[in-house]
Amino acid sequence: MLKVDHITVEYDGRPVVEDFSLEMGNGEIVSLVGESGSGKTTVIRAILGLLPEGGEVSKGDILFEGRSLLGLNETELDAIRGRDITMIFQDSGAMIDPTSTIGSQFIEYVRTHEKIGKEEAYKKAAAMLAATRLPDADNVMHSYPFQLSGGMRQRVGIAMGMVFHPKLLLADEPTSALDVTTQAQIIRQMMDMYRMSKTSIIIVTHNLGVAAYMSDKILVMKNGRVVEQGDREAILHHPKNDYTIELLDAIPTMDGEIYV
Amino acid sequence: MSEREVILEAKDVTKVFRTTKGRPLTANDKVSLKIYKGETLGIAGESGCGKSTFIRMVSLLETPTSGEILFRGRNVADLKGEARRQNCRHVQMVFQDPGAAFSPRMKIKDIICESLRNFNLISPGEVTAKAQELLSMVELPPEYADRYARDMSGGQRQRVGIARALALEPDLLICDEVTSALDVCVQKKIVDLLLKLQKEKNITMAMVCHDIALVRAVAHRTAVMYLGNVVEIVPGPEIGAGELCHPYTRALRDSIFTIDMDFTKPIESIESEAPSPLDVPAGCPFRNRCEHCTERCALEKPKLRTLAPGHQIACHLYDDLPEYAGEE
Repeated sequence: MLKVDHITVEYDGRPVVEDFSLEMGNGEIVSLVGESGSGKTTVIRAILGLLPEGGEVSKGDILFEGRSLLGLNETELDAIRGRDITMIFQDSGAMIDPTSTIGSQFIEYVRTHEKIGKEEAYKKAAAMLAATRLPDADNVMHSYPFQLSGGMRQRVGIAMGMVFHPKLLLADEPTSALDVTTQAQIIRQMMDMYRMSKTSIIIVTHNLGVAAYMSDKILVMKNGRVVEQGDREAILHHPKNDYTIELLDAIPTMDGEIYV
Repeated sequence: MSEREVILEAKDVTKVFRTTKGRPLTANDKVSLKIYKGETLGIAGESGCGKSTFIRMVSLLETPTSGEILFRGRNVADLKGEARRQNCRHVQMVFQDPGAAFSPRMKIKDIICESLRNFNLISPGEVTAKAQELLSMVELPPEYADRYARDMSGGQRQRVGIARALALEPDLLICDEVTSALDVCVQKKIVDLLLKLQKEKNITMAMVCHDIALVRAVAHRTAVMYLGNVVEIVPGPEIGAGELCHPYTRALRDSIFTIDMDFTKPIESIESEAPSPLDVPAGCPFRNRCEHCTERCALEKPKLRTLAPGHQIACHLYDDLPEYAGEE
């Protein structure tokens, strides 16, 4: 479904991700973990063609269902983005226009990608919000982003990201800004949605626990390179790379060492 | 245990803010906590639980609406003017975001020694030497004295934050989420440094932290806060473990993802969200989200009761258990 083939991403000629490869089948979940600046967000932005000014994929190719995403023009990309490939951001509130309601933007989004009437789009959006266990979907549709809590905004983000049952969902630190009980709810929500639609997911996270819980495959990145990859068992219990070992050792656990 | 020296004691400290429309927001509701010499008190809880308000009152950045803050037995909450300023020497804070904590125009040596100069403890000529000494204490090269904060990484800046806070040799060091902005490998190094300094200098610490796995490893005792109330005080390593546990603490424990968890288990988090601090339910603050909620919980707010050595819980679930009669 997705093949990222030895890509190098440069910002103004300076490489920030080097020689990154990833192959994914349908219904797989892959996580990218690593510290800030390791290039994990750059990778998923490159897949979506959303690199900031000055950023470009200078080597390699990104194939989605056999078709190179790099050669597409904006119109062709727009046909895929938001429908076959979608994204959830760290704070979904920040991607929504603060001056209009959730409903009006959700409806606009649905109607951009599907030729249906306003009423039908409203129903589709509200049903999706309800599916993410938002308590009162109609009320949320009429709310402005700032009236919702961080957890509710993330659910809106998930609802928007999943409304077309995309083939690939890119999630950029979707729970990092949330409290732990809310994080658990959002992860559970993503997994419920995943089971329903079998959407493939790439999740970027610095939380190795979240990565291990969700994914079939984990890629550990450092300084723009993948230093180790494997399934949960291999990464958590048989790490080979020094950085992976240091990372695992640094994570506090509920059965771990007591320092005082 | 009874002869342990109490550095700071909060007695029924309440802080009520007013919203712009005049509605009262009770950020801290009769919080009583003791911090003992040489110990780390962890303060855990989620956004809006009042942990920041509490430490801001302890550092005299806010004045309690009612209640007392006893520093070595003397109430400091109502101090004014010079007496208040002098008391600030004894309580110093390290902040969450090391990027925002420093003036971008000051050199590291001036940042570290600012408080010493404020209290006239060193002369301008001594600044460089003192800064270098403090930098080596936090394991940074002395040359960094002439740098600016922007030239340093997050972890290095947090070390500077620790050096600045310890410059006055305070009786109480408050760490407000000092590692949450850092990568996990850096977090471990900062925690190691704090613990090493604590051992060497017998530093007393209050550590606000939302990560209970981390708190468990570093705090001697931890207070769990929820909507302005302390719901449990527990000896560090016992947090979330065993039979005796506040339902909210258990929810926190069940919500975290760690690398040693059982990955096949479904996620067992509570479904609802915490109510706004403007709408704290009457009775037990947690009752709307608690699976053990009974009629009594709506009628009467549970009090903290000591149920085991060093372990206090405010929950009607344990009403039948006798209060532990030994030392606190």
